[in-house]
Formats: sequence, C-alpha cells, structure tokens
Amino acid sequence: MEANTRGTGRLPAAFLTPGSSSFLDFLAEHKPELLPGGRGLPEGSVVEAPHGTTIVAAVFDGGVVIAGDRRATMGNVIAQRDIEKVFPADEYSAVGIAGTAGLAVEMVRLFQLELEHYEKIEGATLSLEGKANRLTTMIRGNLGMAMQGLAVVPIFAGYDLDRGRGRIFNYDVTGGRSEERGFAATGSGSVFARGSMKKLYRDGLTADQAVTLVVQALYDAADDDSATGGPDLARKIFPIVSLITEDGFRRLTEAEVTEVVVAITDERLTHPNGPQAPLI
Amino acid sequence: MSTPFYVSPQQAMADRAEYARKGIARGRSVVVLTYAEGIVFVAENTSRALHKVSEIYDKIAFAAVGRYNEFENLRIGGVRYADLRGYSYDRADVTARGLANVYAQTLGTIFSSVGEKPYEVELIVAEVGKTADNDQIYRLTPDGSVVDEKNYVVVGGNADSIGNYLGQRHRVGMSLTEAVKVAVDSLARDPNGGSPRSLTPEQLEVAVLDRQRFQQRKFKRILGNQLGRLLDGDQSAEADDDEKPAAATPSDE
Repeated sequence: MEANTRGTGRLPAAFLTPGSSSFLDFLAEHKPELLPGGRGLPEGSVVEAPHGTTIVAAVFDGGVVIAGDRRATMGNVIAQRDIEKVFPADEYSAVGIAGTAGLAVEMVRLFQLELEHYEKIEGATLSLEGKANRLTTMIRGNLGMAMQGLAVVPIFAGYDLDRGRGRIFNYDVTGGRSEERGFAATGSGSVFARGSMKKLYRDGLTADQAVTLVVQALYDAADDDSATGGPDLARKIFPIVSLITEDGFRRLTEAEVTEVVVAITDERLTHPNGPQAPLI
Repeated sequence: MSTPFYVSPQQAMADRAEYARKGIARGRSVVVLTYAEGIVFVAENTSRALHKVSEIYDKIAFAAVGRYNEFENLRIGGVRYADLRGYSYDRADVTARGLANVYAQTLGTIFSSVGEKPYEVELIVAEVGKTADNDQIYRLTPDGSVVDEKNYVVVGGNADSIGNYLGQRHRVGMSLTEAVKVAVDSLARDPNGGSPRSLTPEQLEVAVLDRQRFQQRKFKRILGNQLGRLLDGDQSAEADDDEKPAAATPSDE
C-alpha cells in the first residue's frame, strides 16, 4: 500500500526514521491528508452535520465515572437516537465527546491510536497529564473547522496510577484544558447537568452513587435541553456509563444501566424534578 | 586512478550473506513456539529495557536477533506501518503476511543495494489466529527471504541445534507451562553436549500472543512473579490476570 514509493515495496525512510513516538507527528509528516484537521473547508462556508450533545463525569472514591446521552441532532432534527459518545482511550482513561459527531469519532480513533502507538514504541504508558496534553494538541488542530461550526469539545477522564485517584479534564473549543474538581459537564445540556450535579455531588461518593449521580444529571439535562436525549424506555436506549478505577476501564452493561435508569424514572414519576437538596 | 577489482555477483552476495550470518550467530537465541492458546516467545535477554520481543498490533508480535539498532528500527517501522494501515482501513486488515512482505522487501532491497551494508538481523513475525490452525509464524532472513514456519522456530545463536531439540520435543496443543519449559530447556542446553545451564527469570524475556485474552490486543509480557511461577511448573500462573484483565500492570505492553 502506501509503503511502496520507490517501486521496491520497501518501507519508506519516514517509517524507519527514529525519534518521534507520536503517531500524530508521523501522520503529519507522512500522510497529512489523513489528519482530521488536514483538510480545510472553503472560507465562509458552514456545514450542517449531526452534533452530539451532553457528556458528564464525576469523581468518586477510587475512580471516576463518565457518561453521555445518546442523541445526535442536526438543527431541529434528531439525527440519531443511539449514538455513542463515550469511548475508552486506553486501559485507564476514557474520553467523551460533544460536538460534530463525524469529526469527534475520528478524533477519538486517532487519540486511541496515539496512546497505543506511544505505548508500543516506548514500552511505557504516558502519564495522565501527558495524555490530556495530547488531546489538547488534537483539539487545537481542529480550531479552523471549529470556527466554521464543526467544533469538538471533549471531557477526558482517567485514573491516575501515580496519584491513586480519578481525575477529570474539561476542554474548550481552542483546546484549553482545565482540571475539574469533583464533576464536569460539556455540550449543549451541560448547564443543566452541572446545576444538577452541583446540588447532588458530595465528597466520598461510592461508585454506585456516582453512577446514579451522572444519570440524574443527564436526566435533568434532557429535561431542559431539547438536544439532549433522555432515557428512551420504549426503545431501551439508555445512557452509556463507564467507570475507570484501579482495575481499569469498564463500561457498565446494559442491564446495570437499565437498573439505575428504571430506579430514577420510577422516582421521577412522583418527583418530576428529581431529588431535593436541603434549602440551607 | 586504480581499476576496481571485478567481483562476481555470486561472490558479492555470498560475502554479504556470510557477513550478516556471522553477526546474527553472535547473539543469543530467540525461540518461538505455538501452544494450545496461542504463541509463546522466549528469549535469553538480561535487559529489562531493550526488548527482543515486542507487540506490533492486535494479534501480531515481533521477535528479532542481531544488531539492536537495526531491528529496533524495523520494529518501529512495523508499528508505524501497522498503525497506519489499521487507521486507514480497519484493525482487521492488518495481517502478519502483509507485514512480513513489507519487511522482506525492505531487507531484500537493503541486502542487494551496493551503497548499504546488509542488516545483521533475523526477524520473526507471528500472528495468533482464532484457532491454532490459523496461527502464522514467518521468519525473515537478512537477504529478504520469508520462511513460513510451522509450530516452532529458533533464530540467532545455535539456532540449528536448538531447532533440532525443539523438533523432538514440541507437540501440538501443549499448555503454556509445557511450552515455556521446552523453550527454556532448549535455550539452556550446551551445544557441545555438556550439562545444561540453569536460566533464571531475570535472564529471560517471555511474552505470549494469547488468543483467549478478551482484549483486542492479544500480546502480553509475562513478568516477575508470574514468570517465576511458570518456570517452576505452576499451572495456575497461566491464568494470572485473566479475571482482572484491565488491571494488568501498566508496563504490561
């Protein structure tokens, strides 16, 4: 395939040049057209494409939970009901992406590969900060597209093996990242999700409580934001919830999520606004 | 101006082959053999940092002997090739056969090019299949030949004598414990008929491509305690980490 540049089938020099452990750098040098940001759009044009919406994450004792709703919208149309927006990045981290779905999925593939590539070349994993910084670079590379309406804004969550706790990094459209204490949300429903978690979050949550917390937050986001999908009981489409602990990444099974969702929706039949925090 | 000597092409190629062969024979051997659940790689290697056996892609691993900088270059090239191919097409489209071909072309071109010295390396590219019948092991020599090996292969050092020994001992469908024992026994033998050396876990680099591993990436290094127990013939060491796959040590791959 692309290896054959001299008619001999030999690996081109770029493959055998030592130095970079980054797959992104290698692509930029050897195959720039494969980079998501590598193809510019014509000036001034705005493309309409499906957008993914709300992602939430929360830290608990011994790890971090990250979850996303399942809706993708294009204008006022629901483009997809069962889109997946939370992915494992490697064994100890995950990324959840709001924004242009097509670009986001490609960015996640590339990000997963970037981490795996580093791991294979170096024989060691990147630090959690290092991973977060690689993601910054990728989002910044997409800035041109973002200015034309194709933004990608992720949350990166992982278990920091050195510090022994879960951590969350939230990104803006320019790639600026901030580490969040406790919980974070991104996407169109993030305002409502954050409000919900603000009232429900407390230190020392267990994993199960944290799962309930993020599903509550997604419910509240869907309640007030038309672009965020609530639990679809008829079609059995529920949020994707993933835990990252010392034992690594684990996506909750459908049965586990169903149990939490059903408990919450049942409770909401009597209290539509959800659990109530004390006034003072 | 002096007239260059005429050297016949046969002689030139023979000289280059001899040069590469000598470089390879100086090092210690790497043994690769199939077992019931996959393919095991056993190398004599005291270094924890410079690997002779490495992961290339989901089901593909790489082993090499000879000059370190040369095979390390080829390994990195292979990882880049595999990752690029998997990214452009799909993870399932990365195959050991494709990689072996690219390596063969690369080695062959370098071998016959006048301006470059031949690589003093011998490589093994192996892919674990869904069943034992689909396991593939390719051996690549410095002149770019590809040999499709069955069941076991040895490169470097006293490859011939170790190969003979393995030929007598290897059985299809061995357990991992048995396979590692056969491999280590073969490496420890004295080619001159003396008493075998004893090899400790610190002197060995062991890795497997385990088709039972439920992760996408089937490559796994066997390190520390687990290797010690495996060498002692403790069958339970085979299953180590399988219950908590994600908890495998971070330096695992």
